[in-house]
Amino acid sequence: MTDTLAGTEMALETRDLSVHYGDAHAVRSVSLAIPRNQVVAFIGPSGCGKSTLLRCFNRMNDLIPAALVTGQVLFGDQDLYDPSLDPVDVRRRIGMVFQKPNPFPKSIYDNVAFGLKVNGFRGDLSERVEESLRQAALWDEVKDRLGKSALSLSGGQQQRLCIARALAVEPEVLLMDEPASALDPLATVRIEDLIRKLREDYTIVIVTHNMQQAARVSDRTAFLYVGELIEYGETDQIFTNPIQERTEQYVTGRFG
Amino acid sequence: MSPGFDTRAQARRRTGKIFKAACAAAAFLSLGFLAVLLIDVTTDGVKWLSLDFLTRYPSRFPERAGVRSAILGTLWIMGLTAAFVLPLGVGSAIYLEEYAPRSWLTRLIQTNIANLAGVPSVVYGILGLAVFVRFLGFGRSVIAGALTLALLVLPIVIISSQEAIRAVPRSLREASYGLGATRWQTIRHQVVPVALPGILTGTILALSRAIGETAPLIMIGALTFIAFPPTSPLSPFTVLPIQVFNWAAQPKADFHELAAAAIIVLLASLFLMNGTAIFLRQRLRKRL
Repeated sequence: MTDTLAGTEMALETRDLSVHYGDAHAVRSVSLAIPRNQVVAFIGPSGCGKSTLLRCFNRMNDLIPAALVTGQVLFGDQDLYDPSLDPVDVRRRIGMVFQKPNPFPKSIYDNVAFGLKVNGFRGDLSERVEESLRQAALWDEVKDRLGKSALSLSGGQQQRLCIARALAVEPEVLLMDEPASALDPLATVRIEDLIRKLREDYTIVIVTHNMQQAARVSDRTAFLYVGELIEYGETDQIFTNPIQERTEQYVTGRFG
Repeated sequence: MSPGFDTRAQARRRTGKIFKAACAAAAFLSLGFLAVLLIDVTTDGVKWLSLDFLTRYPSRFPERAGVRSAILGTLWIMGLTAAFVLPLGVGSAIYLEEYAPRSWLTRLIQTNIANLAGVPSVVYGILGLAVFVRFLGFGRSVIAGALTLALLVLPIVIISSQEAIRAVPRSLREASYGLGATRWQTIRHQVVPVALPGILTGTILALSRAIGETAPLIMIGALTFIAFPPTSPLSPFTVLPIQVFNWAAQPKADFHELAAAAIIVLLASLFLMNGTAIFLRQRLRKRL
């Protein structure tokens, strides 16, 4: 670590975290801390384990029968892999946006309301739906057609709907797995603007293939290579003055 | 010209043409057989078809005979079979796809379901006779017939429902789990609604197999002269294919033509059911 994080409150922290898929060792003993209200980017070539690492934070890897997670992931002072912890409780507080927009084949309104309903939300449903759509900068485009199918939206709108859907259940952390990789450049810009705005209220961990994107939106960047955390530090430092040679080679485009 | 390649493109195209012709012949051959069957049955039976034929009970006299009791029996049997097989089949499919651990036991169950789908229907008849007719004491009743046919098509319903459930994209499940939905909430609100068109189509197609089954019902003793409609699940019954079988076994030629007429009725209900399956699938897909 080149910079100090002393005194910063941590949202998430991994300790010696490893993930195996059968014989494949996808994440190798990664220890890193994600400060509250910052945007942390995971970069690295395909297959480096960045998505797998991201999926440890909301126990999404539980859904893959072959995945074996060892080590600790601390969320505040709680170990997310404590056997007595129900992953369902974790996933409301740590939301996720996926690589490909995956709205439910339901109306726009129902997409946002679903998370509220399943979590037994007691407040005003339509008020919360509107609020979430506003937060995701989608409200003005959809306010007149909330009953229409979410699949009628464009790809970029669908992805913002997925963000709205994730925000509706008031998570503390938002995990984003290459949220703009399936979108055109203009839709990407809107998502990036949104990420910069959301960091005021949320901690965001974003996996990206796109190094310029990491440089544009993140406060801190982690570079992973073949499952190992090679370097982790402030984004400026990682891109302008990396310590590890492999990081430098990657961010300057010499491989990956 | 590169010496390493076969440059006789024309010869290769010819092989392709021969293959295409062979495949087309195979397809049209089956269509041809179906056409011959339909023409044969229609020429024999069409003159007996009338509204009276549908509303009259069977009789010793061909000109007074009808399929009313067979149609009502078929409706009873189909209704009850659907009522038994739908919850059992869909429940099993959901368990196997969503809950069951990937263990040797699950694989064993899965293999056996696939094997059961290939067991000859007459074997189910023997099972139905032993369990439903005798052991449970239902006699030669509608409920014994329906339970037997439900067992017969259960593997097909399970397998087609499993396929429908498996076709629900993983991304949809992940999105639901990612919002903090439980497994049950995910199944109930995301997986089943998306899989429903496929489940219904598979079930209707399975039922349209059951509607034509004769052997298992003969095994449980349904091959009797029934000139009245069932009034309860415990009534004796007849169904269309058994009526066909009955008439076809008569010595008089008129009865053979009546059998052909009954076959037309059976085929019409079959087309109707398959049509409903296609309609439902399109409808529910559009409704997204």
